[in-house]
Amino acid sequence: MPRVKLQHLAHARSGDKGNTSNISVFAYEPDFYPLLKDQLTAEAFKAFYGAAITGEVLRYEVDNIDALNFVAHGALGGGVSRSLALDNYGKALSAAVLGFEIEVPDALMPRLKGLNAA
Amino acid sequence: MTKTVRIGSGSAWWGDRVEPARLNAERGDLDYLCFETMAEATISAAQVRARRDPSFPGYDTYLDDRMRAVLPAALKRGTKIISNQGWINPDGAAQRVVELLRELGATGVKVASVNGSLITERVIELTDTILENGAPTATLGNTLISAEAYQGAEPIVEALRRGAQIVLTGRVADPSLFLAPMMHEFGWAADDYEHLGAGNGIGHLMECGAQVTGGYFTDPGFKDVPEPWNFGFPIAEVEADGSVVITKTPGTGGTVSLATVKEQMLYEVHDPANYITPDVVVDFTQAKLEQVGPDRVRVTGLTGKPRTPTLKVSMGCTEGFIGEDMFFYAGPGALRRAQLAKTILTERFKIVDLKAEDMRIDFLGLNAVHGAATPADAPEPYEIAVRVAARTRTREEAAKVGREVDGMAVSGIAHTGKRVPHQDRTREVIGVWSTLVPRTAVTPSVSYFVS
Repeated sequence: MPRVKLQHLAHARSGDKGNTSNISVFAYEPDFYPLLKDQLTAEAFKAFYGAAITGEVLRYEVDNIDALNFVAHGALGGGVSRSLALDNYGKALSAAVLGFEIEVPDALMPRLKGLNAA
Repeated sequence: MTKTVRIGSGSAWWGDRVEPARLNAERGDLDYLCFETMAEATISAAQVRARRDPSFPGYDTYLDDRMRAVLPAALKRGTKIISNQGWINPDGAAQRVVELLRELGATGVKVASVNGSLITERVIELTDTILENGAPTATLGNTLISAEAYQGAEPIVEALRRGAQIVLTGRVADPSLFLAPMMHEFGWAADDYEHLGAGNGIGHLMECGAQVTGGYFTDPGFKDVPEPWNFGFPIAEVEADGSVVITKTPGTGGTVSLATVKEQMLYEVHDPANYITPDVVVDFTQAKLEQVGPDRVRVTGLTGKPRTPTLKVSMGCTEGFIGEDMFFYAGPGALRRAQLAKTILTERFKIVDLKAEDMRIDFLGLNAVHGAATPADAPEPYEIAVRVAARTRTREEAAKVGREVDGMAVSGIAHTGKRVPHQDRTREVIGVWSTLVPRTAVTPSVSYFVS
């Protein structure tokens, strides 16, 4: 199966609370959501971010809006006021996950966002 | 009988644009306009500033700007204003608004202030442990400069019931600012958790201003939004059953779509079935979203569960200083030179014995934003900024960062780009911790002022 970057299947947003970042991933179409659920596990997510997340990652499945909510503990350098990061709030953290690669069945390929435009 | 209450947003944080609030007041046909202006550390930072600067009034430094922008239209329409711009001085904020009203010739307008959030003197006796690390609250000792509980909607509802047209509060949970007018208008009781869950869920969609109308959303080629330089602020058209249409100021840029509403629904939420607020535990997982027109999304099925017996408290503490500076490389070999510069600084910090509790040296353009999550095969950029930041116990230690970067100007390596030294290369750190207090320990009080 072809592997494509998540950005073609989903959009994402990150928020902060203390030293914890939550990164939400939203399928562009309901048919894409099962692929995210199967492949973008909490373990895969944590491995993808590597040392950028020092604590536990929890994943909530939000089926009513075809979304996954990842709660990443220890992702914000101690929290906004203590953090030495340039991006204190971790607002840009959600962009990284859009580079995660997902295996997509051929039948869905023509429906992916931003992949088939000229 | 169906009644729709129109509630608009005026700001999502202290630094938000003022113009969209004016547009919403003028064009939104609003019953209520709500301003959210606080981040977690806002009150602690205000306490620090108040100690240093006797002229600082303790409320939102943009209070005048925001009120001057919206008062004329609000007075004309009869729009009520609810705002947490009171920070550590809600009474002062209310008195200032009274002055502004008089300047406009508006007499007899009732302005309320809500106090009771600040529990700095009592927090250590009221609480046991710090949520983040489990340590006893008492260990914060004399580093503690501010503790404030997140209050709910009830004191605002009381102010509205007593005829206040403008309500200025200290720390109130962001969505509660929006829930209060719904409770007042629809008569929802404080234990009507289904409706309160819906109302606070709507408040959560609204509290971040343009984030639900296309702000912090636009991604060219993937999520295109019209006129992203001219976002309108959101308007909630709420019905008595807790259903809502989210829309925005007519004639503005941005968009309200299923995607913008979904993103905002989970923003800063952990467990979507149990979003804890002072009023109710909100459940977002039964919500249904429907695009019912251009820039109109209808949300039904938001609900809630009984509120917790405790209130969350933010505690601000002095935790030392951060020193930070930056310099630049460009052209062929920029990364190689930046890497040597990093080595040089690391050695220099040993020579000057920098005592840092944490330090990072980033290459802007390569890895500064995503750090360890940056792909290994990221291409070498043409320009790189080297950014150095260290957290220390004293301001003197933090100043070493800037002093060593200064030295790179003439004793560094070829083609080092260096700025004129800035005066503000060190800053104080206000660390924020959380704890819980029994709900009964916090007593809100409401005061009234008339223009």
